[in-house]
Amino acid sequence: MSGPLKSSSLSAEAQALDTVAIAKDLIGTAIITGLILTPIVAIRTSLDQGALTWHSRFGLAFALTAVVVVVRLLLHVFVWNKRAASAIAPAKPAALTVHRASIADMIGPYVPRALLIFALLLPVLAYASPWGEKRTIDLAIYILTYIMLGWGLNVVVGLAGLLDLGYVAFYAVGAYAYALLSTIYFPYWFGPGIVPWAFYITLPMAGLLAATWGVILGFPVLRLRGDYLAIVTLAFGEMIRLVLINWFSFTNGPQGINVPKATFFGLPFKDEPGGFAAFFNIPYNRIHFYIFLYYLILTLALITYFVTKRLRRLPIGRAWEALREDEIACRSLGINTTTTKLTAFAIGAMFGGFAGSFFAARQGFVSPESFVYIESALILAIVVLGGLGSQIGIVFSAIAIMGSFEVFREMDFMKAILPTGTEPIQFRMLAVGLAMVLMMRFRPRGFVTKREPTVFLKEKKSVSGDLVAEGHG
Amino acid sequence: MLDWSKDPELRVQHLTMRFGGLTAIGDLSFDAGRKQITALIGPNGAGKTTVFNCITGFYKPTEGMINLRHADGREFMLERMDDFIITQKAKVARTFQNIRLFSGMTLLENLMVAQHNVLMKASGFTVGGIFGSGTFKRAENEAIERSKYWLDKVNLTARADDAAGDLPYGAQRRLEIARAMCTGPRLLCLDEPAAGLNPRESDELNTLLRFIRDKHDMAILLIEHDMSVVMGISDHIVVLDYGRKIADGTPQDIKTDPAVIRAYLGVEDEDDAGAAPLIAEAIAAPLPVQKKAKRT
Repeated sequence: MSGPLKSSSLSAEAQALDTVAIAKDLIGTAIITGLILTPIVAIRTSLDQGALTWHSRFGLAFALTAVVVVVRLLLHVFVWNKRAASAIAPAKPAALTVHRASIADMIGPYVPRALLIFALLLPVLAYASPWGEKRTIDLAIYILTYIMLGWGLNVVVGLAGLLDLGYVAFYAVGAYAYALLSTIYFPYWFGPGIVPWAFYITLPMAGLLAATWGVILGFPVLRLRGDYLAIVTLAFGEMIRLVLINWFSFTNGPQGINVPKATFFGLPFKDEPGGFAAFFNIPYNRIHFYIFLYYLILTLALITYFVTKRLRRLPIGRAWEALREDEIACRSLGINTTTTKLTAFAIGAMFGGFAGSFFAARQGFVSPESFVYIESALILAIVVLGGLGSQIGIVFSAIAIMGSFEVFREMDFMKAILPTGTEPIQFRMLAVGLAMVLMMRFRPRGFVTKREPTVFLKEKKSVSGDLVAEGHG
Repeated sequence: MLDWSKDPELRVQHLTMRFGGLTAIGDLSFDAGRKQITALIGPNGAGKTTVFNCITGFYKPTEGMINLRHADGREFMLERMDDFIITQKAKVARTFQNIRLFSGMTLLENLMVAQHNVLMKASGFTVGGIFGSGTFKRAENEAIERSKYWLDKVNLTARADDAAGDLPYGAQRRLEIARAMCTGPRLLCLDEPAAGLNPRESDELNTLLRFIRDKHDMAILLIEHDMSVVMGISDHIVVLDYGRKIADGTPQDIKTDPAVIRAYLGVEDEDDAGAAPLIAEAIAAPLPVQKKAKRT
């Protein structure tokens, strides 16, 4: 019997068998769902004037069970059925993947350029945005901050393979460096005239300070790997935040610090003589500040992008990646893994510090509230979702995660089906969690699974993600 | 006869390594001559890889001295140096029993990582490299040329841009040797380079090792179970058993050494010399000889 004939007869057989199997499966599903839902949905207790009473909601439980059964039926018909068929005839999917890879390779090189042009033109495009110009640009600033943080963390996690759960600490160091220097120390050292320029002077200092803290964190964790490294970095992130809260005399504690907003090279964005609008003789508009901030963070993010890209092609970057692949082999080749790890921490932290400084100059206010653990987790999620080590992947995942938060704010129509008193925005973390689970199931290596080689002899071939190590911590 | 003790590249003296109560190596002394291939053989668990780990700094020996002397007279006390410093300064390179390549990086990248220290210096410790300094560009081109040279020597030029993890087993072994050579070593330590190779690949390996010894004036120290490789290319063989040296000499000496035969095959009687020629033949056979449990 020839190949195709055999497979088609087999799949027909499988389909014939399926109806009985599906029916059995659905009945089983209904029973299990019913059993689970009875205590958690159907029976509801309430405290009624001090007495515990209960009432039943069997109708709702039944409706939910029906939904589960219908969804499972749909899965049987449309999803699992096809997979069974493709398992029998594997030739077709193989051809498909080859095809898909070639399309990705074709458009791949143009994606960064297209994104860059889009980013440069965004303030112009924002005029036509249905959300209003200011809000669109503000959202873009927000997303770009996270792209930059993602690119910074990518050095540590994606390239060097060191799992860092406390990245937000360096963001905090950058923000507080700007806040404290511009409000207290610079006016004290150089007089109040320096304040409008503070941002530009503080920016490199914030980066250096954050890098120093990166090295300080790096030293004790040099010998740690994997889970242990993750726990210590997590603790470090919390420590910085707790110090910021409790060292009241230095940081003003939980009340935070009001800081001067960023200026256009000394020209404040204010409706007054000597302000930006007055200097250029244009009518004052608050949008100027947002457009300025947008290009500022775009510049910072692009610096992060190009420096990291460059570093990857330098011996230090290759050593980072080699460290992720195999630390012992690195040592056998004469690479000092201590300094290699520390530089990864320092460079990653430095970009975090720049971003933190920008954050403070944009908000005009810093408090420890902004640097909680969930921020670290989000940045790490962006890096992991983007594909470890991939810079373009991070752009997409930052847009997907941070953008989706904003979309949740807009979904008023969701209120119709949500319980009363809840807002759609409250479900955003739930949705991100669900998205992460689905991602791990269907695309465990993130959006971009291919690794670009840093040097080539004849032809640049990307390396399949399956071969690339994720690092041991 | 070659003399390895006159001006050795590597001199190991009274090396002892204890792990808790276990003495993995006990009072081991041997020399590895310049431009010679020295083989370290012995039954499983004899402590061969431990010796390697002591020489390359992965373990700190409990006692003893490991001296390396370059042809230009510079001396290094390896037992006092960190593993990466040994490669960097003393120019000792090694391969691993279970291959340790950077499997997600291409062949060329693997060889470029091996030239890290040279390139790092040329890039002005990254600062110059960021701004695209000419010194770094030249150094990088030189590094690529050297990588090409070694890729050519191990017959992998055609696959230079493929991921190392994609290579078949034998090619991965060769690439690991090429990577070690890219560090510019004076002493090359190979941990079972022929394990898992077919006879044709073993022959190619022999040719490669001879080439490295003769054309690059290298001292090679190798651990090997494949007797066709050991007997075929070694100038000098050191035999270990239970962490102690039981024989030291040319392949001819080793083949007939009763202590070696006893260690490898186990014999009833210590004076039973009658079996020696037969057993020597067994040792010379291409397949590794299983050690018998029964010993005197």
